[in-house]
Order: sequence, then C-alpha cells, then structure tokens
Amino acid sequence: MTVPNLVGAGLIVIGAGIGLGKIGGSAMEGIARQPEATGKIQTAMIIIAALLEGLAFGALFLGN
Amino acid sequence: MKIAQKSIKTYLFALLALLSLTLQAKEPANSHDAGEVDTKEEVKDYIVHHLKDSHDFHLFSYTSDGQRKHVGFPLPVIVWSSEGLVTFMSSEFHHDDNGHVIVEKGGLKFTKIHSKIYELEEGAAEVAFDADHHATNAHKVLDLSITKSVFGVLLVGLLMFLGFSSLAKQYKKKQVPTGFGRVLEPLVLYVRDEIARPNIGEKHYRRFTGYLLTVFFFIWILNLLGLTPLGFNVTGQLAVTACLAIFTLIIYTASGNKDYWGHVLWMPGVPVFVKPVLAIIELAGHFLIKPFSLLVRLFANISAGHIVVMSLIAIMFTLKSELTVVGATGLSLVLSFFITLIEVLVAFLQAYIFTMLSALFIGMAVEEHDHH
Repeated sequence: MTVPNLVGAGLIVIGAGIGLGKIGGSAMEGIARQPEATGKIQTAMIIIAALLEGLAFGALFLGN
Repeated sequence: MKIAQKSIKTYLFALLALLSLTLQAKEPANSHDAGEVDTKEEVKDYIVHHLKDSHDFHLFSYTSDGQRKHVGFPLPVIVWSSEGLVTFMSSEFHHDDNGHVIVEKGGLKFTKIHSKIYELEEGAAEVAFDADHHATNAHKVLDLSITKSVFGVLLVGLLMFLGFSSLAKQYKKKQVPTGFGRVLEPLVLYVRDEIARPNIGEKHYRRFTGYLLTVFFFIWILNLLGLTPLGFNVTGQLAVTACLAIFTLIIYTASGNKDYWGHVLWMPGVPVFVKPVLAIIELAGHFLIKPFSLLVRLFANISAGHIVVMSLIAIMFTLKSELTVVGATGLSLVLSFFITLIEVLVAFLQAYIFTMLSALFIGMAVEEHDHH
C-alpha cells in the first residue's frame, strides 16, 4: 500500500464516519422524541446506513 | 412446564451452536505453524488465497522432515476441454498452484496456475511462461468444477431443503412446530411480517415471500459458514453476489406494473424536456445502480470481514518480535474473538439488508398509485 492509497482510505473512512454519525445521531433524537416510532426509525436508519456503507466500500475497493 | 423446559433447551442449543461457531473461527490460526508464516508477505498471500475460490479444501499445512504437508480434502474437477468433458479429483494436482504438476487424462494434459485450470497445447511437456508470467503454450478451459464455493452453495441448498421441508411437513399435523423448527419459525415470521409485508404491501407480498425467505436464509447460512474454519468465502465471491442481485433484478423487472414503467420511462408531472433525461436516469437506476449496490455491498462487507478477522489472527505472527509470543497471541486472541462476535452480527445484518432492499425494490415496482 502506498502513501496516497492510505491517505485516500483515511479520507473515505472519515467521510463514512461523519455520515454514520449523522444518521445515528438523528435516529437517536427521533427515537427520543417519539419512542413509539422506534421500529420504523431503526429500519430507515439501517437502510440509509447500508447505502452509505455500500458507497464507502465501493470507494475503498476502487482505491486499492 | 414441559414445553417451557423444552424451549429453554432449544434456546440453549442455539446459543451453544452460535458460540462454537465463533470459537472455531480461530482454529486455522492455531493450526498454522509459526515457522513458515512469519513474514508480512506470506500472511498477505494467505489472506488473498483464502478470499479466492479454490479447487480443494485446504485446512492447514505443516512442515515435517523439510517437506511441506497439506491437510484438507479434494473436490472433483470437471472441465470442458478441446475433446469434451474431462473429470478427475483435484488431489492429482498435489496442491500445486504454479503449473509445475501436469495431470494427464485421456491424452490431454492439464495444469493449475493461480486457481485456474489450463490445458496444455499438443506436444508440450511442461508450461512455458513469458515475462509477465502468462502461460504461452497453454490455454484456459471452461471450468465446471465443484469448487469450494460451489460445494458450499450445494451444501446450503441441501441443508435448507431438509430443514424447511421438515418444518413445512410439521404444520400438516399441528400448529406448533417442534425441535429445530422452533428456531426457524420466528425467523420465517420475521422475514414475512417485518420485511416482506411492510415493504411490498398487503396486496402483493405473498407472491414474493418465498423468494425473500430463500435469499435471506441462503445468504445468512453462507455468511455463518464463512466464519467456520472450513474456509468458505461464498458470499465474498463477486459471481455469487452478482447472481443473487440478478435474480432480484429479474423479479422486479418482470413484476413491474404499468404505473411503475410509466414513472420510469415517461415521468408524469414534469416538463416535457425533462422527461427524456429522467428516463435515462431512471433506466440506469433500474438496470445498473440497484443491482450493483446489492452485489457490491454484500461482496465488500463479507470480504472486508474476512480480511479483518484474518489480519487480527495474523497479529500473532507479525507482532511476535515486538510483543513476545505470549503477548502477540493474547492480543490477537482477544481482538479476533470480539471481531468475530461482530462478524456474527454482520452475517445476519447483511442477509437482512439484502432481503430488505430486494423487498423495497420489488415494492416500488408493484406499488399501486392513486389516480387523481
């Protein structure tokens, strides 16, 4: 692995981390406001997290 | 009281099975001798080799009397050569992967280079390589072998057929299943009521529940098999995940109704000059982006999981000089134990997400719109 590869991988992980943090944080707020909607919020959260993860993995694999 | 006891027993059994799965996952590391695999390069080679499909089950190797011994079991090689179908066992290659061992069958010569079977040209006695390490006097053949992944797919197919047909039979006699069926029933209901019904809609979900259940259990069991020391990496093969994604593509393409295709090809409610542009985007989304996101996610997650687990196991070789043998082994044991527990969760989560997104795409295709 060369240095640009490692820096790129780091950037991808930072981006994915920010995205996942936002998704998780908003879901927590939503659940705290409306505990009865927990199930629906979790489902939507997992779907969006999966989409984000697919993007991040795609970038990581292209980078290597 | 009796029923309660029995169900507790079932749960305990399931828990034990899960635990043994996670514990076994570390065995390959222990069975490798440290003398051979101590450089980073060799660890890397081993991980790359594991991620690829192979023609035999290779459990571990060891060195005795200066000779490398391999432990595993062979699988049948079936190739379509220039003179028709040829079959033999992969043990005839003697674990060679560099084109040194030549197998003669029916006047034809075969060899294996980097997990691919090559047929030698007539008159050639051994493989000649050019500067880029490509074989010059041999060509690839159509390979229909029962490889490790094919074996895994067939095994899971058989397991699922036996497990679910016995579960289905039980419902003919009584309403409550017994034995292992009690573990399967809540999962089946979960897929139907939490994945299929809300995403596809009350009216159509029954038609697609069969496919969703099949794909869910297929991926989940294969993911869990990947955590055992047998070295399966079936859901980490692009061919397998691509095939599953194409199934979903065919299903939501075939079941798309008039409203759905109307929205894809000629989006209502936007200016006319935007409609062709949207049609191109929607078509790309339908035929490329949706299946691509399905196949890349599953492949990347499972491959990445395998790489992480194996890299953490490899800590005991790579950090041996810095941390001493006890320190490196302890560190790798602790880290790989917890990451394997996470992998058990990921195995379920990826099966769930694949099924969920399939249901979502199918639901989009069959959704009925209100006309105003």
